[in-house]
Amino acid sequence: MIELTDVHKSFGANEVLKGISASVQKGEVVCIVGPSGSGKSTILRCINGLESYDRGAISVEGLKVDRDAPSIVSIRTQVSMVFQRFNLFPHRTVLENVVEGPLYVKKEPRAAALERGRALLAEVGLAEKADAHPPQLSGGQQQRVAIARALAMQPKAILFDEPTSALDPELVGDVLGVMRKLADDGMTMVVVTHEMGFARDVADRVLFIDGGVIVEQGQAKAVLNQPQHPRTQDFLRRVLHPL
Amino acid sequence: MKGFWHDTVEFFPILMNGVALTIVVTIGSLLLSTVLGLVWAMMRVSGIKVLSTISASVINVIRGIPIIVLLFYLYFVMPDLGVTLSALQAAILGLGIAYSAYQAENFRAGIEAIDKGQIEAAQSIGMGWWLTMRRVVLPQAVRIVLPPYGNVMIMMLKDSSQASTITVAELALQGKLIASSTFKNTNVFTLVALMYLTMSIPLILLVRHFEKRAGKK
Repeated sequence: MIELTDVHKSFGANEVLKGISASVQKGEVVCIVGPSGSGKSTILRCINGLESYDRGAISVEGLKVDRDAPSIVSIRTQVSMVFQRFNLFPHRTVLENVVEGPLYVKKEPRAAALERGRALLAEVGLAEKADAHPPQLSGGQQQRVAIARALAMQPKAILFDEPTSALDPELVGDVLGVMRKLADDGMTMVVVTHEMGFARDVADRVLFIDGGVIVEQGQAKAVLNQPQHPRTQDFLRRVLHPL
Repeated sequence: MKGFWHDTVEFFPILMNGVALTIVVTIGSLLLSTVLGLVWAMMRVSGIKVLSTISASVINVIRGIPIIVLLFYLYFVMPDLGVTLSALQAAILGLGIAYSAYQAENFRAGIEAIDKGQIEAAQSIGMGWWLTMRRVVLPQAVRIVLPPYGNVMIMMLKDSSQASTITVAELALQGKLIASSTFKNTNVFTLVALMYLTMSIPLILLVRHFEKRAGKK
């Protein structure tokens, strides 16, 4: 349902994506791993049009991604995003954060949206925080609210941009747990992450990106357990055995 | 200061007429400058080159012209161009336009202080530019903008006295008229100063309240 063909992207003189081609099927969980600055996040940001791309093509459900075209709204309502730093709206309650999109973008009836919002909060284990404001929550709780907000759009896919990188280590598990449940329920997910355990156990496929190109890709367990390319081997050795 | 209380009792009612006009000019030009300032600020952050260039130029032109000259222009020059304004209309229009430049810069600073992640989050749930502004950016920017906005209110209250130069009989002009006909300069202008101060103090307290609230967060 997500198709990237030879995507190039530069920031000034710095070419961060040097011809990325990949596809994500419906119901698939794809993890993108690789060193920082390799262009992982940029790929996600290009898919839902937060970033433009210079060359190549990206399409979602056959719709071309062009951030200046009106169709971008339709793409964004089909592909939600979860950010590294949560980006919840601090001036609204947790429940209001969740129903903001359904109410104001999709114009759903209020009662139904609120009911589903509460159900989603219950699903991520935060039913009792509905009326709190985001700054009163821990990072892990905030990220779970952000996932509920993404789900509230009833998206066909969710993009996760390093969803646990800004969390204290003891809070990572809660967020990964929610994500694992989503994957089990058949949600299409593209996850940029440094959590190799999650990638190995949950992902169907892994893309290893370095220097703006896909160095290696394949079944998650194969890539992570028996990496073929020296750069993948080197990266995994550093991540798994930092000392 | 001889006979200050006596003079106060005598001149207070006349000066109160001036206070009424001062308040009308201040509130009128405050509203106008707020609306215009918002328009300039929105154009400035719209991301559309033509609009932001126009807005930047307008702001610079307004900033480069003294308020008093703007007032003269509206009151004395516009009739030659076929547009006749009453003194009060010209005063509100002139002060409103002059202050819209400062309001715009204040609003823009508030809008730009909002974390970029907020805008991206709004976009990622399909919000367009206007919805993002209305639901996400502006409600958060208000907190940041309010303390300087309160300061602008105080400055406008005092600068409304410039309307006296185009015959609006507000507090300063009433004071001047009384003083020049009674020669009681000291008592009259002391009284005028005290009346401006009395009007400013609630605004000063309001600004302090805004600052506390903005600081709490």
